[in-house]
Amino acid sequence: MSYTEATLQLLSPEGTLVESDATAPYLERIAALSDDQLRDFHRQMVVIRRFDIEAGNLQRQGQLALWIPSLGQEAAQVGSGYAARAQDHVFPAYREHVVGRIRGLDPMRIIELLRGLSHGGWDPAQTGNFHLYTLVIGSQSLHATGYAMGLTLDGGTNTGDLEKDAAVLAYFGDGATSQGDVSEAFVFSASYQAPIVYVLQNNHWAISVPVERQSRTPLYLRSQGFGIPSTQIDGNDVLAAYAVTAQYLDEARSGQGPRFVEALTYRMGAHTTSDDPTKYREHEDVQFWAQRDPITRFETFLRARGEGEAFFAEVATEAEDLAADLRARIFELGDPPSSKMFDHVYRDPHPLMDEQRAWLAAYESSFEEGTD
Amino acid sequence: MAETLTMAKAINEGLRTALAADDRVLLMGEDIGTLGGVFRVTEGLKAEFGENRVLDTPLAESGIVGTAIGLAMRGFRPVCEIQFDGFIFPGFDQITSQLAKLTFRHEGSMSFPVVIRVPYGGHIGAVEHHQESPEAYFAHTPGLRVVSPATAHDAYWMIQQAIASDDPVLFFEPKSRYWQKGEVDRAAQDVGMHASRVVREGTDATLVGHGAMVSVLLSAAEIAAEEGTSLEVVDLRSLSPIDYGPLLASVQKTGRLVVAQEAPGNASVGSEIAATIAERAFYSLQAPVLRVSGFDVPFPPAKLEAAYLPDADRVLEAVDRALAY
Repeated sequence: MSYTEATLQLLSPEGTLVESDATAPYLERIAALSDDQLRDFHRQMVVIRRFDIEAGNLQRQGQLALWIPSLGQEAAQVGSGYAARAQDHVFPAYREHVVGRIRGLDPMRIIELLRGLSHGGWDPAQTGNFHLYTLVIGSQSLHATGYAMGLTLDGGTNTGDLEKDAAVLAYFGDGATSQGDVSEAFVFSASYQAPIVYVLQNNHWAISVPVERQSRTPLYLRSQGFGIPSTQIDGNDVLAAYAVTAQYLDEARSGQGPRFVEALTYRMGAHTTSDDPTKYREHEDVQFWAQRDPITRFETFLRARGEGEAFFAEVATEAEDLAADLRARIFELGDPPSSKMFDHVYRDPHPLMDEQRAWLAAYESSFEEGTD
Repeated sequence: MAETLTMAKAINEGLRTALAADDRVLLMGEDIGTLGGVFRVTEGLKAEFGENRVLDTPLAESGIVGTAIGLAMRGFRPVCEIQFDGFIFPGFDQITSQLAKLTFRHEGSMSFPVVIRVPYGGHIGAVEHHQESPEAYFAHTPGLRVVSPATAHDAYWMIQQAIASDDPVLFFEPKSRYWQKGEVDRAAQDVGMHASRVVREGTDATLVGHGAMVSVLLSAAEIAAEEGTSLEVVDLRSLSPIDYGPLLASVQKTGRLVVAQEAPGNASVGSEIAATIAERAFYSLQAPVLRVSGFDVPFPPAKLEAAYLPDADRVLEAVDRALAY
């Protein structure tokens, strides 16, 4: 399932703008971006790719239990992530590391999760409303939809002020579209006209199963069948990912109901470090997408606009610095105390938690006494 | 200022009070708005509070629970109705994998004050999936609280306490008792939803149960008294956590315990109680703890429910066995 006639593209794989009646309104949004904003697209894509490689290496060295690479999906994530306004809420799946970074999440929190120190544990109120990762496929689509219903109910949206009205941005992948929860999310958001934009990153693979096993129709047509206006974009085009998501978020926050973006991209790496994609996919397929790399294409675009070497060198340095920072800080992470497992099971006091916390503490201290 | 209400009306009044007290409280579920719920527990509430407080939802249990989680993240206190016990399973994943674990996953930065109301249990002669007692699945799941009222007065207060809890609460309503009337005192909040209580004092053996089973146990105790046997009856009220204090005190006094429940006995709440009492009151016991449960079969067709459901005679049969030790 590759590009179709319906696939919206603002930046061709050659790095030139695609001008047509269909792209004109979106190109206006691109024209409104400052040079610094465009540079930031590139910066975020390059830096997260370096971070991603470093984290994969650290997994191979035994420092992480698992790593979830985002290689190849940088444009779909950076473009859509940038499209959210400060007041918006973002519900990721578990591969949207750069969206978290854009919203203000320290990527070390993701490292902690995959090192086995937490199940996430960040407070969305402190991370630009970037919510926790959800590992059961598609479950977050309902949480995001409920949050968006809440915005409608309490007047947090559709007051006519784009700078204040909130919307929700929810991510999932092509595999998730087979889950009942995603269909139920479409039913609820369409029924209550909730202010939410679903961004489907169709990276063509649910671990080893190709997207053709999930759907016989293009996935943007599935959401359309629920009454949700939907657009298929070239997900390796950061400008399309930005412009379409921004347009849809503004429509959602203006009381027009849910929207859906299918971003066609490709998972260039493994599903996770536990996976071996050489067992199930063809080299030619990977090569096709390698030639449509999101970073190369955008770099070409920036250079054609006159961006000089100094900027690209600066970004490369920033990426190396983040990788070095990750290597340094991962060794500073201690292990949590065993009592941590009892701390937040409940908000209100609970007798089993008190009993078992006390028992484990006494049990552990009995060993300490034994070694005296 | 006690008044006589059915349990259904008592829950309705408890919901009305909670809706009036806090505009973040929302009701959501299938047919709960215009119709007032298939058991009419939410009757009149949509008319009084509006469709933005009492939501008739699409027919999708996972969707109801999953969106309630998102609403809780936005600061609401959703009260979901699952229409019948056997229909909770399409929502099971959102309840056990998400709702139960989200406070833990957030390390306490968010709370999930979601109540899930479930009419449960048999005695109404209904079709498949409409008479089940699935409470053990949820009592087994860390992060959830599970309660079940036995009287109208308890139901009035416990539903409000469940809504006030900052943790998710599974609120199991014994549907066969919906139309049983009882005195409800709106001035006397003498109920703790997690506090078990002795409802009848006795000396020869202790009977314990929850929900609809409590009145069965009281009938059994009444019959036994006529035959000269004094039975104490304990109403658990809460299945997670279980308040063992009054139960332990009772067993220490009587030396014998019969646990009764409508659910199948294998790996049930009754199993947990039997194990815990054996651990904590071993030297007080004069007989093994005995369980009287539904059989380990799917809830049978309605014409067989009388044989399936524990009644006073089956409870007394177990009492006789306990007293024979």
